[in-house]
Amino acid sequence: MSKPLLVFDRVTFRYEPRAERVLSDVSFDLPVHQVTLLFGPNGCGKTTLLYLSLGWLRAEQGTIWLDGRPLPALGRRERGRWMALVPQSEYISFDYSVLEYVLLGRAPHLPSLAEPSERDIEIAFGALGRVGIGHLAHHSVRELSGGERQMVLIARALTQQPRLLLLDEPTAHLDLQNTYRLVQVVRELKRQGMTVLMTSHDPQVVLALADRVVILRQGQVFRQGTLEEVFTDQVLQAVYDIPLQVTTVDGKKTIQWL
Amino acid sequence: MAESQALLAVQATRLQRRKVLWALGIGLIVLFWLSLLLGRYPTPGLLSPQRLLSDELANRLVFQLRLPRLLTALFLGMSLSAAGLVFQLLFSNPLVEPGFLGVSQGAAFGAALSIVFFSSKALVVQTNAALFALAGLGLSYLLARRLRYGGWVLRLILAGIAISALFSSGVGLLKILADPLSQLPEITFWLLGGLASLTWQKFFSVLPFSLLGLSLLLLYRWRLNILALNDETAFSLGTAPQRERTLLIVAAVLPTAAAISVAGMVGWVGLIVPHLARRLFGADARFSLPGAMLLGGWFVILCDNLARTLLNGEIPLGILTSLIGAIAFLALLSASGKRWER
Repeated sequence: MSKPLLVFDRVTFRYEPRAERVLSDVSFDLPVHQVTLLFGPNGCGKTTLLYLSLGWLRAEQGTIWLDGRPLPALGRRERGRWMALVPQSEYISFDYSVLEYVLLGRAPHLPSLAEPSERDIEIAFGALGRVGIGHLAHHSVRELSGGERQMVLIARALTQQPRLLLLDEPTAHLDLQNTYRLVQVVRELKRQGMTVLMTSHDPQVVLALADRVVILRQGQVFRQGTLEEVFTDQVLQAVYDIPLQVTTVDGKKTIQWL
Repeated sequence: MAESQALLAVQATRLQRRKVLWALGIGLIVLFWLSLLLGRYPTPGLLSPQRLLSDELANRLVFQLRLPRLLTALFLGMSLSAAGLVFQLLFSNPLVEPGFLGVSQGAAFGAALSIVFFSSKALVVQTNAALFALAGLGLSYLLARRLRYGGWVLRLILAGIAISALFSSGVGLLKILADPLSQLPEITFWLLGGLASLTWQKFFSVLPFSLLGLSLLLLYRWRLNILALNDETAFSLGTAPQRERTLLIVAAVLPTAAAISVAGMVGWVGLIVPHLARRLFGADARFSLPGAMLLGGWFVILCDNLARTLLNGEIPLGILTSLIGAIAFLALLSASGKRWER
């Protein structure tokens, strides 16, 4: 296996100096060209971990390495070209067109006071096509449905042309059809070589997408490994403290409550 | 294909917006020169260009009184509108106006303080108003840093409300202390806002701040859009959200404070014009910011024309901008019920 893109090395974090630790001693590797899923109950530190990967939060102890360099050593724009964030949801106050909104993803590639060129518009339009909403380019983002908005956020991230995509609960507000679409889009991105780190509560999404799973519990890595290794009855029962069973139907794993 | 149609629609919209910007700009130049000739000398109406050349008094009237006044009206409109649009973006809130971070009330307090305790001389009042406007911003900023509640934007908004309230009660106190025959009318008149006693000196005292602030905002116009997003998202796009927002707030407040210091409280311009600009040009500040500046110039010049020609005496400009602005706001709201839902 090639060397990992992102490495967490014994990372500890808390929001206030004397507050309780949100993450303690977290270590894991993010293999390149794979989808890694952060899984665990509410409040276990998934989103915090995502923001640490982004550099928005700084580790109290330990080091986060991106492609062999400590994360704080990267400049702001350089970081923006390396990785892109898809937030869980985004409140949009004004009537931007979809293309204008997605075009903002070009910012890390442009000098401070420059404006996007025709080439940048092409890239943004291409990103819209990749998530299947090219035909909405001239619509207002506020007219879109929840599923379409999520695709707009992903398209903006792709417009950054990142090598690492950070997705925070991308299916949290989506119905079954849109969840399915999102899974297809992420699969296609992976096939094209994207490295993905995402959080999810939805075991179905984890089962459909994950190459590797990192399970967090109370701010610590409880288990990590391939889907096969980690997604077992014992582990999930221990994490969530509810009776459930992982069964295999037609070669695919599913989760059942007991 | 639906996709290529969408791309064509995007290009058509862009072309359309450029055209409207040009039309507004050329129209503003025409309006400016017509306004220069408009007045009540020798008879109400337009002064003929021949008369301007031959009549010494007409010449002085136009070049010593009307020209600096119109230029100030132009910059006042552009500054308040640009600052309003930028504030609304930075605070992701379509209802903030450029003076709300303690700037307007600070200026009012400074002016009243000067009138009651120091001097009613224009330059002293203006300097005091400008200093206290900036002090209002500074205090709001410091208070926001000390607050332990909510995100940065919410803290600034709360701090702005608190500091404004403090200054506005200070103005109330000063009104009671003021001599009711000489000082009180001056305070009242200042609070109503107007460009009645404008001179070249006043114009040139405002110009550098307006030019500096407005140029900075215009240069930043595309990246302004990014700073309207959540902190984490703006950060992920390679910006330093808190630092850049602070810089842009200062760049927007400088021309605002300068304009308020010479013109007093000219309300509603910074609130209504950005809404109109977004309606015409969309939210993207690449178009809506220059659009707001041009529309602001139009709005204040038109209002000031009415202020100085409608009656024999002068109507305070602030009354007209508030009246027309509020009516326009009502019209905008009722014309588009659906789009205002959150």
